[in-house]
Amino acid sequence: MMRERPDTAAAVTERLAGDDAPTVHVDRRAGADRRERLFGILQRSGALIMLVITLVTGAAAFGTSFTSPDNLIDTVAAGSAFLAIVAVGMTFVIISGGIDLSVGAVLAMSAVLTAYCAAEYGPVAGIVVPLAASALVGLAQGLLISRVALPAFIVTLAGMQLARGVAFKVTDEGNKTVLIPPDSWLRDLGSGAILGVPIPVVIALATFAVGGIVLNRSRSGQAVFAIGGSEDAAPLMGLPVRRVKTSLYVWSALLAGVAGVLIAARSSTGEPTAGYGLELQAIAAVVIGGTLLTGGYGTMSGTLAGVSLLAVIQNLINQLGTLSQYFQDVVSGAFLLAVVLLQQILARRRRLQ
Amino acid sequence: MNIAAAPTPEGGTAARGPLLDVQDVTKRFAGVTALDSVSFELGAGEVRALVGENGAGKSTLIKVITGVYRPEAGEVRYLDEPVSFGSPREAQVAGISTIYQEINLVPQMSAARNLFLGREPTNRVGLVDVRRMNADASDVLANYGVHVDPRKPLRELGVGVQQMVAIARAVTTDARVVIMDEPTSSLEPREVERLFEVIRILREQQVGVVYVSHKLDEIFAICDSVTVLRDGRRVHEGPVPELTKLRLVAVMLGRDVADVRESGRTRFTASHVQAAEPVLSARSLTRRHLLEDVDVDVRPGEVVGLAGLLGSGRSETVKAIFGAQAVDRGEVAVGGAPVKMGSPARALAAGVALLPEDRKAEGIVPDLSIRENILLAALPRLTRAGLVSDRKGDEIVEIFMRRLRIKAAGPAQKVRELSGGNQQKVLLARLLCLEPKVLLLDEPTRGIDVGAKAEVQGLIDELAQTGLGVVLISSELEEVAEGSDRVLVLQDGRIVARLAGEEISEEEIVSAISGGDDDTAQRPAP
Amino acid sequence: MSATPAAGDSLTRRFDARAAVRDQGVYVAVGALLAFNLLFTSNFASLDTLRLQLIQAVPVIIVALGMALVIATEGIDLSVGAVMALASAVVPLYLGYSVEVAIAMALVCGVAVGVLNGFMVAVVGIQPIVATLAVLVGGRGVALVLAEGRLTEIFDPTLTYLGSGRVLGVPFNVIVAAVLALLIGAMVRRTIIGRQLVAVGGNREASVLAGVPVKRTLFAVYVTSGVLAAIAGVLLTGRSGAANPAYIGLDYELFAITAVVVGGTPLTGGRIRVFGTVMGALLMQLVSTTLVSHNLTDSDRRIVTALIIVAAVTLQRSRRTT
Repeated sequence: MMRERPDTAAAVTERLAGDDAPTVHVDRRAGADRRERLFGILQRSGALIMLVITLVTGAAAFGTSFTSPDNLIDTVAAGSAFLAIVAVGMTFVIISGGIDLSVGAVLAMSAVLTAYCAAEYGPVAGIVVPLAASALVGLAQGLLISRVALPAFIVTLAGMQLARGVAFKVTDEGNKTVLIPPDSWLRDLGSGAILGVPIPVVIALATFAVGGIVLNRSRSGQAVFAIGGSEDAAPLMGLPVRRVKTSLYVWSALLAGVAGVLIAARSSTGEPTAGYGLELQAIAAVVIGGTLLTGGYGTMSGTLAGVSLLAVIQNLINQLGTLSQYFQDVVSGAFLLAVVLLQQILARRRRLQ
Repeated sequence: MNIAAAPTPEGGTAARGPLLDVQDVTKRFAGVTALDSVSFELGAGEVRALVGENGAGKSTLIKVITGVYRPEAGEVRYLDEPVSFGSPREAQVAGISTIYQEINLVPQMSAARNLFLGREPTNRVGLVDVRRMNADASDVLANYGVHVDPRKPLRELGVGVQQMVAIARAVTTDARVVIMDEPTSSLEPREVERLFEVIRILREQQVGVVYVSHKLDEIFAICDSVTVLRDGRRVHEGPVPELTKLRLVAVMLGRDVADVRESGRTRFTASHVQAAEPVLSARSLTRRHLLEDVDVDVRPGEVVGLAGLLGSGRSETVKAIFGAQAVDRGEVAVGGAPVKMGSPARALAAGVALLPEDRKAEGIVPDLSIRENILLAALPRLTRAGLVSDRKGDEIVEIFMRRLRIKAAGPAQKVRELSGGNQQKVLLARLLCLEPKVLLLDEPTRGIDVGAKAEVQGLIDELAQTGLGVVLISSELEEVAEGSDRVLVLQDGRIVARLAGEEISEEEIVSAISGGDDDTAQRPAP
Repeated sequence: MSATPAAGDSLTRRFDARAAVRDQGVYVAVGALLAFNLLFTSNFASLDTLRLQLIQAVPVIIVALGMALVIATEGIDLSVGAVMALASAVVPLYLGYSVEVAIAMALVCGVAVGVLNGFMVAVVGIQPIVATLAVLVGGRGVALVLAEGRLTEIFDPTLTYLGSGRVLGVPFNVIVAAVLALLIGAMVRRTIIGRQLVAVGGNREASVLAGVPVKRTLFAVYVTSGVLAAIAGVLLTGRSGAANPAYIGLDYELFAITAVVVGGTPLTGGRIRVFGTVMGALLMQLVSTTLVSHNLTDSDRRIVTALIIVAAVTLQRSRRTT
């Protein structure tokens, strides 16, 4: 069947180029709706703007106790590094139109396995085994979602229970605490620093960088946007939808696994209760950062801003001391609600045009 | 994209077999035969039109060719070898490219990204070269006469541009066969000209083009040959120059223009009793791109037929009257009293009932029983203090199942298990148990077997005789001609002809649809 | 990739094995587990055990009833756990006035959340999962703020009675659950809103064209779900003698969804099985007990629950394609 194909495309281009046919379309919307542009900016950079505002407010209100490197880098950044890593994977999943509710549980499972394997079999096992287990969970979820076509939230809800169950099982219902041996270099991963920056923060930033490049500059990244933007059109345009979807859930779980390894490294042990509610925080960070929960649009920088914003707000609440620490969740929830409402209103306006 | 000189085609067309050869393909869906032994041939450098009304089988045929469906019988041959693609992607890779009617692109992504999705230009490191992609996109689109910023999201660029991007994308995949499904539905005349130019170039490059359209002018302007499908069968096939527009329309709608119609083909009887004052009066229905100043009057006992081809605005008209289609302008009055538009509940309360065109998507609730489906709209009338009266409901269901002769195992049977005809009767029962004053029927006999068809036609007749006003939409000419007391012919959202009494005949309707051209020559291809 | 034919259009109904499992499977499963336990679990066949099982299943049953209504409209309510937490946090705040006021305020919380969810879904048009997820995130936070993160012990006799009291040997909260189940069942079968909500889930467009007040129906459904979750929260608080907003209702959305799906109500809406939902909740309870009494652990229960729900949703997938 391999006959030579005439270079149709080139021929058409060449022929059309030679034509003197009149212009059919000019950009008519040069003077775009000002409100539309404002909303667009809000969506893209809203989180960043809020972040700057909160940083300034924090500096003004609390001075050096807020702006000191000890606070900003070792408390705020280091504390939120794990959320950040997970949020990178979540960004991809949400842009594709899906959702992953299992990441918190996978993190716990990974943390527990890290401690256990490091203690029994050494640091290398302490990294490989949890990552492999996480990837396996992600693969199972991805296949159920892309091939069996089950709804993502149910599959990952079940995955959450499964991973949490494994985490508790390994630690004997939370009764057994395994410590990573004090001389293991694994501990340094969690508590060490490069040029004064804690290693988890470095890894988080690196993850963001790579994630951003893959999302915006690779063909697979484009495919993710396409799948989220139009689930019907993507396969008709020839994209390997199932393969891409499955890989997204594998990566999401794998990144949760990485975060789990780091958390275990930092606290020298793996708690099966770790990561409770992490998936919700990750979703909140991603959405607040401007990614559409319905899929098809999102930025890695927005997620970074969202994560940072939530972390700074938490820190400010702690600095204040008088407000309940649970205000954090209320703020996250309120932000999430507001952003989702805004996104919907924007979408409505577009559709009516 | 490399701008190399196009290689010359190998040999003359006579030496080669057809590019695409569909032989006796049959496709069935749960008892409904969508394609019945259909054959279709496309040669290199041929532009073949594929025409037929809704439900004729055009999209099914295309889906069989591109691998979305697998036929029960028959064979598809491509480049002289039998093929059976597993997915549209496989077909695309092999060289069969499709431009769909609904623009199958990603609206949130930029024009450039859409154009190159899956084939983005990469730099040495393997990452997408965004700058080159945008520049190339600009060039390609400029050649199509489209000068827009390729970085803008597609949905901000208007439907015409979107369609052009889809066309450009299909062509840039180095296809040997390009299938275009209603490609000009969102294009303006200048864009259509551009498209035709592209098609001419494709023809010279020995690419085969399948052109699905109901726009007769275009078919005569650009196509070499035409295949007509009707009810899943091929009813005509031949070169375009041998046809006239009138004859084409006649063939599409299944009528031989020269034949004299005998009455009794349908169950419709002649004129019904009519009082003077209209029971339904709709004025100036207007909706951008859909309807323009449409007026409809219906008197009690009168059947008003709406005729026209696909996309002429018939369904939109009745939906607008019913409040299921937003309008920019317009008024509706029932029995002289104005009704506020925009709410089906209000319309039902005023006595107007709609039988929607797509009973699967808009009509039946598939998992509910016949009983629940029939009573759905009547629930408020059966309710007292929040509780539904089962007894009254049972009575109503029993009456209508008998009266409409709904064949089922019982009122508890799930509606999705019924045949199309019986489903349609269930929907009619739903409307009739409200004792409406006006019935808006959109394709009431589509997709149902002959026996049920006759029953429904007889029923409509009966209802009109009892004093109901009826608006009837049907793509079957004989139904409209024989069932209506008056006929309004629509085209592109406008009423182009009003026929009454003696004027109503299939020939007249066909003539009005095709714009009044008789056997005069069609426009010569440029 | 050939198109799968729709269910036959002939008058004869073919035996659909999948549908049979989907509709009746839960009864078989409950029966099987009961039999298993009666045979192999010591001390199972006693009144005390039976009572305990029912008591423990009550909160899930009540929440699942509300969830079933929402799922029948093709929606989902992930905020139920947060509502339970809110109810639990609000009760001690108002006990000072009177126990009736406290309970009323807890129910008001349920209504408020339901109105919020209903507004977002029906009026604004946000996807149910997104809308209720946002409430889930913020709701428990609000509850914790109200309770200052603490567990508050409750010594009110009425609440204790509600949670642990008995009437003629039958635990009061079991009676509440039974009454609610009957009410919801009656509502679904006899009232106009019951009929309409199922139609909305089955084919929203057709419902619109048939004049069904879709927005109003969706509002009602989410408010009901919220109120039921609040009731469950109050009962659970009464029974445990403490308001514990940090832990109460955790994972309840999963339990409720599992009970509903296993009980035969499809996630795609259009049909509801009230009794099946109750059975589904009982099944989850039995699974838990079976595991516990055979020395399997809480985490085993989680794993088994995860597998059950995946199996149930897979079986439920309709064979119909467009």
